[in-house]
Amino acid sequence: MSQKVLLNNIEVNITLHRLACQLIEKHVDFSNTILVGLQPRGKYLASRLEKLLTEDYKIDNVQVGFLDITFYRDDFRRSDKVLKPSSNKMDFIVEGKKVVFIDDVLFTGRSIRAALTAIQSYGRPKSIELLILIDRRFSRHLPIQPDYRGRQVDAIENEKVVVNWKENNSEDGVYLIKHKS
Amino acid sequence: MSTLSVDHLLGISYLNKKDINIIFDTADHFKNVINRPIKKVPSLRDITIANLFFENSTRTKLSFELAEKRLSADIVNFSASQSSVKKGETLIDTVNNILSMKVDMIVIRHPKPGAADFLHQHVNATIVNAGDGSHEHPTQALLDSYSIREKLGCINGKKVVIVGDILHSRVALSNIYALKLLGAQVMVCGPKSLIPKYISELGVLVEKDLIKALNWCDVANMLRVQNERMEIGYFPSIREYSQQYGLTKSILDSLNKEIIVMHPGPINRGVEISSEIADSDSAIILDQVENGVAIRMAVIYLLASKIKS
Repeated sequence: MSQKVLLNNIEVNITLHRLACQLIEKHVDFSNTILVGLQPRGKYLASRLEKLLTEDYKIDNVQVGFLDITFYRDDFRRSDKVLKPSSNKMDFIVEGKKVVFIDDVLFTGRSIRAALTAIQSYGRPKSIELLILIDRRFSRHLPIQPDYRGRQVDAIENEKVVVNWKENNSEDGVYLIKHKS
Repeated sequence: MSTLSVDHLLGISYLNKKDINIIFDTADHFKNVINRPIKKVPSLRDITIANLFFENSTRTKLSFELAEKRLSADIVNFSASQSSVKKGETLIDTVNNILSMKVDMIVIRHPKPGAADFLHQHVNATIVNAGDGSHEHPTQALLDSYSIREKLGCINGKKVVIVGDILHSRVALSNIYALKLLGAQVMVCGPKSLIPKYISELGVLVEKDLIKALNWCDVANMLRVQNERMEIGYFPSIREYSQQYGLTKSILDSLNKEIIVMHPGPINRGVEISSEIADSDSAIILDQVENGVAIRMAVIYLLASKIKS
């Protein structure tokens, strides 16, 4: 197994600031915008962006939700593992709102497809955008592309992108891990 | 989350504590789903479920049907009174005919104890027992325990008394199994003629006096007197039963603590429980009904995940 650093602690911080600024450029005061972290991994990135927007860029009332997509996935009964649901925290209706989906890695695009169905349970948003920390190029199964991306990587099938967050891994960092085949 | 240790839900006696906790954790997520503006998820869109009700049922049938629909399963309903069973068809023939129509899961309610187990030995489909005679009613016991956990925070160490017709009650037996697995202390209370002789072998306490039982417990589960299963008279009159074992407001007020009152339905108002109690804040009867849908969604989802595509 070999490991390559894609983003170190400082680079993660710079990337998060850039993504926050890109969001501000597009959504200005966030009065009609909702950030939705996709469970389980997207919630860390969503919470981090919320903190930056509120504390560093002084934007009030940033609304954040966490959406669990387990019951909307298309691989139910197709894998040996039982799909484990995560907690869902959506305390608002998204009708007429500008929704930004937030996830750490964009790979096949199937999770985003599931999220597009899941969000309909909370109303009809005005628009939906996608913010991704790491975009794995050339691996999409569906025609889905991010609107905001932290970094694009070319990773082949037996490589895995691992995102660590201070909150649960004691450091911020993104790694490309290659398993010997 | 690991998976259930069983491929069918035939009774609580087939489950272990871990299974019950997996079902409860999954039900928490489904309770969230059924409280959203759109209460449906597409998980089971390629699963077909047949609801076979060989015995009358209102809330269990509706609850299963709703759970299946909210998981997007295709469903077919069958009730014995409108079927070829009346023309002499056997249970296995009826079910195999239904299975030829490519059904993946069977939810069965039957007046004979052991019907679900018998079916699972003879047909190739996932079986969910929705009540088999006076044997077991596993989903009712799961939703009862789930409702207690929701109200009291946990079940371990809590004292639950099951009052009434224990002899004919599948709800009582399944509840005893589930509550004991989860670490509760269980007592049964009712006229001697309606308490099975060797019930204490299951590790439950037996009490004839309702007031003593209520003073002991945290939760009272009031069962219905099952007149339809009584071929002889087990007590002199409904009036006398009600005087000795009916729960009224004055009895509840006389206790020096608050208890939770449960009832699996249908209620005979004024017999095992007075209208005043049934409609009071102490009763969690309607919470039980709401939780029933979430529990049944969890059971069906977890069992369906074991059906190979």
